[in-house]
Amino acid sequence: MTERIELAEPVLRANDIVARRVRRLLEEAGVYAFNLISSPGSGKTSLLVRLLEMLRGELRMLVLVGDVQTDNDARRLRHTGVEAVQIVTGGTCHLEAPSIERQLIGRRLAELDLLIIENVGNLVCPTGYDLGEDAKVVALSVAEGDDKPEKYPGIFARADAVLLTKTDLLPHVPFDPRAAEGHIRRLQPDVPIFPVSALRDEGVAAFADWIRARAGR
Amino acid sequence: MHELGLAAAILDRAEAAMRAHSRDRVRRVEVAVGELATVLPDNLAFCFAALAADRPGLSGAHLDVTVRPLAVRCMDCGHEGRPERIETRCPRCGSRHVTIASGQELEIVALEVE
Repeated sequence: MTERIELAEPVLRANDIVARRVRRLLEEAGVYAFNLISSPGSGKTSLLVRLLEMLRGELRMLVLVGDVQTDNDARRLRHTGVEAVQIVTGGTCHLEAPSIERQLIGRRLAELDLLIIENVGNLVCPTGYDLGEDAKVVALSVAEGDDKPEKYPGIFARADAVLLTKTDLLPHVPFDPRAAEGHIRRLQPDVPIFPVSALRDEGVAAFADWIRARAGR
Repeated sequence: MHELGLAAAILDRAEAAMRAHSRDRVRRVEVAVGELATVLPDNLAFCFAALAADRPGLSGAHLDVTVRPLAVRCMDCGHEGRPERIETRCPRCGSRHVTIASGQELEIVALEVE
């Protein structure tokens, strides 16, 4: 005899449960966390290097950086003097909450103000995975198409802030920032959008202010 | 290809529910995928079938994927419905003051066991 079992629960419930634990850990310790998401090569690590240099005197920070292979990014970030831990996913296209929790267990989180999670470069797979962060920050480089927010609405609809990176390339690429902004605003009329160039150190200070307002001691 | 991980999570949950109800076969699993959930239904079904084949009680189980369209709830006029395009705008009064009511979910709705 066939029986129907009603579940009506999230597929990623197991991940969500761990993410809630991570969120509670961070909240109790007074740590602000953001999850930085973009396609590969949009300049996440370069931007973070500049951001860490700006904030290292004021905020106590930890960076967790996910990649499919190598610890190249963590090594670049460590040059700033801030602790950076590489999470090698070995093929998985996104970070999941348990790998964040593993890094936080046993740490003195009260000695931190800001946790930065640099996700694996991907605009699709990280979308549904809550990592326990306070904010998702989505980066889009001007070397990509200005219609990317329209192509990947899932992640842009969940962004708490958007970075338009590599703005130093604008004179050389057909990217139309106003078109990109229009696509983003159709999904989120009020989301803050920060045009930044890590190379020329333009606009990063405005993003750093946004972080300070949230993670300031 | 995060659909492989999702398919594994769905199978784990179905298997646990089957055991909890003292059944030995899962016939069908119903899943709802929001159109903003960034999941490809065909990929998900393919991964589900491939992984189910190796699992006792689950091989041959059918995965039904329903795509749930984006719906917004208007904070100004109270209307709930599908916007004309993928955007957060009330289809009735045009207000941008809306919340997403559905379309982001990824849910196991139900399963049929024997």
